[in-house]
Amino acid sequence: MNRALYMRRRRRNRFFLALCIAAAAFGIGWLALILGTLLVQGFAGLSPTLFTLMTPPPGSNGGLANAILGSVIMSALAVVVGTPIGIFAGTWLAEYGRHARFAVLVRFVNDILLSAPSILVGLFIYELFVLHMGHFSAIAGAAALAVLVIPVVVRTTENMLLLVPNTLREAAAALGTPRSFVIRTVTWRAARAGIVTGVLLAIARISGETAPLLFTALNNQFWNTDLNAPMASLPAVIFQFAMSPYEDWHRLAWAGALLITFAVLSMSILARIFEAKRMTQ
Amino acid sequence: MMTYAAATANPMRGAVDASLKRFARTDARFRYFTFGAACLVLLVFTGIIIALGNGAWLAIRTFGAGFLTSTVWNPVTEKFGALPAIYGTLITSALAMLVAVPVGIGIAIFLTELCPRPLRRPVGIAIELLAGIPSIIYGIWGLFVFAPFFQQTIQPWIIASVGDIPVLSSLLAGPPYGIGIFTASLILSIMILPFISAVTRDVFETVPPMLKEAAYGLGCTTWEVTKNVVLPYARSGVVGGGMLALGRALGETMAVTFVIGNAHRIAVSVFAPGTTISASIANEFTEALGDLYVSSLVAIGLILFVITFLVLAAAQLMLRGLEARAGGHSQ
Repeated sequence: MNRALYMRRRRRNRFFLALCIAAAAFGIGWLALILGTLLVQGFAGLSPTLFTLMTPPPGSNGGLANAILGSVIMSALAVVVGTPIGIFAGTWLAEYGRHARFAVLVRFVNDILLSAPSILVGLFIYELFVLHMGHFSAIAGAAALAVLVIPVVVRTTENMLLLVPNTLREAAAALGTPRSFVIRTVTWRAARAGIVTGVLLAIARISGETAPLLFTALNNQFWNTDLNAPMASLPAVIFQFAMSPYEDWHRLAWAGALLITFAVLSMSILARIFEAKRMTQ
Repeated sequence: MMTYAAATANPMRGAVDASLKRFARTDARFRYFTFGAACLVLLVFTGIIIALGNGAWLAIRTFGAGFLTSTVWNPVTEKFGALPAIYGTLITSALAMLVAVPVGIGIAIFLTELCPRPLRRPVGIAIELLAGIPSIIYGIWGLFVFAPFFQQTIQPWIIASVGDIPVLSSLLAGPPYGIGIFTASLILSIMILPFISAVTRDVFETVPPMLKEAAYGLGCTTWEVTKNVVLPYARSGVVGGGMLALGRALGETMAVTFVIGNAHRIAVSVFAPGTTISASIANEFTEALGDLYVSSLVAIGLILFVITFLVLAAAQLMLRGLEARAGGHSQ
């Protein structure tokens, strides 16, 4: 009897653990398959002209130079605008409004924004900028990306500032340092690596975003540095090229996908390195 | 001596007062500045609601509540209904969760209980990195690799082999397009999988080792410990993480748009093409002609906003409860 029970429990244990291993193999297998395809197809499309030529009409030779430029310009603008707002808002949450009722609301709303569908952010910026300006523009695209940057930076900044021990603040305050100086010269400095991690994560997040750019920055087949005009971006070009029936456009789409993945992964890895640095501090 | 001290003390005090005043001013300014930034976060949120409501107003006024239940989507006659898009959004997310939740939890159990120690960190980090891969990558993989393969090999075989079974035959009916609701759901599930595993693994790691050791000490098997100790302890975190993933799946655009087929209709078969709210907006918005068409697209966006808001708010409440509990334990 007891032996039968024991055997049954053992069998059940083996069965479910095997199921877990199968689940892991299944999930990791899919992910490996996707990355593998991406590497093979992407490297096949990589060439030096990718970085020097413009997006071509179907059938002719070309690259992704204008799309890469557009992505870099709009992401940089978004980070420049979004990061200070995010850091200040996170600072208020952690330093001034730690226990305030209003802070609970801001935190709640920020966390909703953090995972809200990015296409809705695109619609918001469309209504706010594009309709009023009368045309699509890089400014609108950058604004949409900035809206996505803010919640990421707010969350990490607040978390990192909360980790700074209160004794540091108290020690600085005991020297007679005004509060804003304490924050700027002590707590920000102590949390610096963490805040940089947040910014890197935000860059990783926006560099692959497609949906909010589709009807804000639109797309542009040509080299463009005019912020008031439609601008190409890697994700939007990938979307357009992948949905097309042309073989050479597909090749460029894969190469672009590889570039984006590479950028995102290197940002996330860099963020991890900063995170590790923070831990050792 | 006295006069000397008096002569130097007074200007000094004036300087101290002045700099104290200056400090107080900078302090107040800095505080208002950060407070303003915090308000800006709220402002963006209300701005999104107002912009969506404003843009959707024409469609709401024209179609009324019937917009939610109508299945017509005809740009030519300017008749629009949201039901097919809502249905597609809900069904793809539900199917994706059906696959991703058990597999994601399985991966988390594998990582915390079964995986050989030296492999744990690298596999865990790999999964976290994968959670950050942009969804457009999953989309083009689905379009170029999975859909053709599925169409040529597995799909015809499935359709042929369920031909006589009553319910399944209509659920899995239709010509093998490759793309459709099923493919979109599968791609979606692969996309949210790393996210679910990463969150679940984090929550599993908060389970105090003492609890697990006590259960092992009673002679429990690994599975019994997982089922009776780890999962109940981590339940609210797992559910919260699952809701976050659901919020993502509901609003996901690029992984779905490539492979769903963009057809505004409700089909019984999961192999049929369909659409989701975000896919409709992504596909049609820039090409939409006429105010009513644009407004209808914004209106389904508003519906998506309401759905995801409810899901994300529920997720937050659950994760907040967990945080409070974890805080209570550490004190």
